[in-house]
Amino acid sequence: MLSDITIGQYFPGESVLHRMDPRVKIVLTIAYIAAIFIPQNWAGLGVAVAFLIVCVACSRLPLRLIWKSLKPILPIVLITAVLNALYVHQGVVLVDWWILHITTGGLIHAAFLALRILCLIAGSSLLTYTTGPTALTDALERLMKPLKVIRVPVHELAMMMTIALRFIPTLIEETDKIMSAQKARGADMESGGVLKRIRALIPVLIPLFVSSFRRAYDLAMAMECRCYHGGSGRTRMIQLHLHRRDAIAIAATAACVAAAIVFNFLLPATI
Amino acid sequence: MPILEVRQLRHVYSAGTPYEKTALQDVSLTVEKGELIGVIGHTGSGKSTLVQHLNGLLKPTSGQVLLDGDDIWKNPKAIRAIRFRVGMVFQYPEYQLFEETVEKDIAFGPHNMGLPDEEIAARVRRAATFVGLSEDILAESPFELSGGQKRRVAIAGVMAMEPEILVLDEPTAGLDPKGRETILSQIEAYRRENGTTVLLVSHNMEDVARLADKVLVMDHGEVRMFDETAAVFSRAEELEALGLSVPAVTRIFMALRARGFAVGDNAYTTDQAVRRLLSLVRGGTPHAE
Repeated sequence: MLSDITIGQYFPGESVLHRMDPRVKIVLTIAYIAAIFIPQNWAGLGVAVAFLIVCVACSRLPLRLIWKSLKPILPIVLITAVLNALYVHQGVVLVDWWILHITTGGLIHAAFLALRILCLIAGSSLLTYTTGPTALTDALERLMKPLKVIRVPVHELAMMMTIALRFIPTLIEETDKIMSAQKARGADMESGGVLKRIRALIPVLIPLFVSSFRRAYDLAMAMECRCYHGGSGRTRMIQLHLHRRDAIAIAATAACVAAAIVFNFLLPATI
Repeated sequence: MPILEVRQLRHVYSAGTPYEKTALQDVSLTVEKGELIGVIGHTGSGKSTLVQHLNGLLKPTSGQVLLDGDDIWKNPKAIRAIRFRVGMVFQYPEYQLFEETVEKDIAFGPHNMGLPDEEIAARVRRAATFVGLSEDILAESPFELSGGQKRRVAIAGVMAMEPEILVLDEPTAGLDPKGRETILSQIEAYRRENGTTVLLVSHNMEDVARLADKVLVMDHGEVRMFDETAAVFSRAEELEALGLSVPAVTRIFMALRARGFAVGDNAYTTDQAVRRLLSLVRGGTPHAE
């Protein structure tokens, strides 16, 4: 059924990560990505990996979810690793045959980069798994507020995003209903060639368009009735406040970034 | 043999996710040919989920749906044939209209059945007559009609398939009293003429009391009552505990009896009530006991 599709990747939960301030989560995710790319030796990267493992444990997400987010990028990781292994020539030569020159340095490079990409994806998907789409747009709006100075319509963009996200489940439900209704009249959407299948969509798409426009008019009317006039002077129902958990998270991430920098100075670079 | 039988039906939505929800639990019922069953229950009680199992739009998590003694999922590839035998009119069916003309829209179902053109044309005319659509409306665009007319076009679209069982999910929702009356009497006429078995999902107790032979009461995905209409509406307290009500006339009768009037059994329809009260008044003993 269509309704089984999850929007974004939000996986509801009650963990510390779920309850953290979304603004802090966004900023810290960006900081963490930096912490992955700063280290030049295993010690620094090790800290970043350890930090990620602690975060995953705190999120109480099932591990298969993390694996699901990593699966699609595995080919990219593999290609990057292979290219690095082939083109970086450092250290002891292991294979030297025809155009293949594989060195220990190349293999270390490959492993290092692969680990970085995996951390990057796992870390950022942790953000989308633990933060609902509306909380995300809300936080983005606030973080982008300074852009108002250069006349970026931040509020309007965020409102559009919120409305779009809000209506995805509604539209899916609507599509589901219309499909059921047409199937009940014997519409066949599962068999036949490409052309036949495209044709079979007409009885679904036309009512869907009609109802989308109807909904849009209704929503615009309802917003105007409640005196919506853009972002100026609007207050928020949900006020975001920083809590102790946010402070701890900020401190931990800062420590992770600091460790990466310190290790870069103290230890010789691996890559 | 009953025309329709549901055996220990259970349905779970989004199984295996945090959104998992059991919508139906151990639902069993039998419907005889030609009966009109009223299906009542508050929002979210599983009525709509139940009726969507009857024509195979939803597949049971466990349990069976038997049509004329055969499991409808015996041959999953033939499920379309079941949908022509169990016609289903959804809530707000006017939102499913899509064709250029009313005639083409009503013909969508019969066309999918692979009927010859003359037969389709004849069925469209018949169905249109049942719901009171005139000949000249058939050539119009369904998007230009009024709300009530659109609804009737959509119902005609299912009637034109001439199903053995007609399931209507709140066919009168959002209509004015006159529109409601029209549609209900048209459904009644259709049923009388064709001997079709009808399942009517409704929130309106008056409509159910007037039309139904038997009433099915759903609550939290389970069958709470399934009995003759009079028997169900005599259990007013239980119905109210389930967030449902009894027809207004029944409430009046219950109040009269509580005040000591010998009104006899409860009445469920206005006609019944008028007859009872008139005989009571003419009998000259308004105050009893």
